Amino acid sequence: MKPAAFAYCAPTSLDEAVRALQAADGDGKVMAGGQSLMPLLNFRMTRPTMVVDLTKIPDLSFIEQRGDRVAIGALTRHADLEFSALIAERLPVMSAAMPHVAHLAIRNRGTIGGSLSHADPAAELPMLAVFYSATIRAQGPAGRRDIAAEDFFVSALATCLDPDEIVFEIEFPVLETHTGWAFEEVSRRFGDFALACIALSIETRDGAIVDARVAVMGVADTPLRLRDAEQALLGARGDAAAAFGAVVRGCVAPNSDIHVSADYRRALIGALAEKAFTRAWQRAAGGPK
Amino acid sequence: MTIDITVTINGRLYRASVEPRLLLSDFLRDTLGLTGTHVGCEHGVCGACTVIIDGDSVRSCLTLAVRADGATITTVEGLGTPEQLNALQHQFRECHGLQCGFCTPGMLMTGMDLLKKYPLATDDQIREGLSGNLCRCTGYQNIVAAIRAAAALRNETTP
Repeated sequence: MKPAAFAYCAPTSLDEAVRALQAADGDGKVMAGGQSLMPLLNFRMTRPTMVVDLTKIPDLSFIEQRGDRVAIGALTRHADLEFSALIAERLPVMSAAMPHVAHLAIRNRGTIGGSLSHADPAAELPMLAVFYSATIRAQGPAGRRDIAAEDFFVSALATCLDPDEIVFEIEFPVLETHTGWAFEEVSRRFGDFALACIALSIETRDGAIVDARVAVMGVADTPLRLRDAEQALLGARGDAAAAFGAVVRGCVAPNSDIHVSADYRRALIGALAEKAFTRAWQRAAGGPK
Repeated sequence: MTIDITVTINGRLYRASVEPRLLLSDFLRDTLGLTGTHVGCEHGVCGACTVIIDGDSVRSCLTLAVRADGATITTVEGLGTPEQLNALQHQFRECHGLQCGFCTPGMLMTGMDLLKKYPLATDDQIREGLSGNLCRCTGYQNIVAAIRAAAALRNETTP
């Protein structure tokens, strides 16, 4: 038995869960799938006095279309997203990313709300939230609020959530007019946290790009949407892969760590950007999906 | 603080009163004596403690025993018997898919879930599926071979 002792409750409503967190006075910890929190507990890197288990709260696990958006409940498991036909059709970049999220046994328990709230800078779902410009909806003592994904992630493992706020659903706008996309990631071992990763989606008209979306992760404290790189793609044609790689390299300032150097990371994200461009362009041109 | 739980494991009903911090892996091994489930890293990296909970493979070291209340669990003891191995265990024996045996329970439980959910049409897919399970003996070659053989058998029997 490795975690330090804690009290435990499994409320059956969000209101009750928020009250339990308030009562814990900053020493409470929310548990959803537990796949990031449990290692921290086992190592005693975190020692909450109260663990508030969300899994008994009904109706927090769903994937549904709402007009031009896809709404996902906070307790929806990674494996549910991986195998969802709706996600594959409406959010193809997310669908392509899901097999890279840890390993099957982790995806069977880990949740989207948990991954976003944990805010690992090398995790896929926080980057996807930023990429799609998702709205993250949270409930706290003062009621509910909507948070733009780019405002949600503050730093590594830090979000703008108050200690007694809980994410309950996330809305992803569909990139309706985009026809080309790509997701590229490199990690030490398949399923490990990314050394670098890029998501790209484009709309083309008359053989040129008229709209683009670019996000990266693994190269900063938070996932980043690269608006300069998006701008640089406007008007670009099929021969722009190398130029796009150079722009993306210029947009990031990664750190060295025990895995790789900053120079390696910058070179890697540029190479992934080139690969992503080529793949997205092929898809937009009606090539292999 | 202890909490009463009821869990069905390998077809048998167990009742117990557990501390919230008790890990399912320790509950299986220490409380119930089901030592087939192995414990390696205890933080979700090595995969040795993988069990099946309500049809899905799960790390038992990343699961609190209290959260298994009401669940149906299969551990390696619930697959086959020494006299009658199940199909995947049989392939591990045929292909020599183990050496010291420490990772084997986790490999088997992961393999069962992979066979249920993925085509496993190529060795790359099998290796990606096994990437969360560490083996320090075999170099993985014969584990991949065992799962390849089990997948081929599955495709024959379930068209």
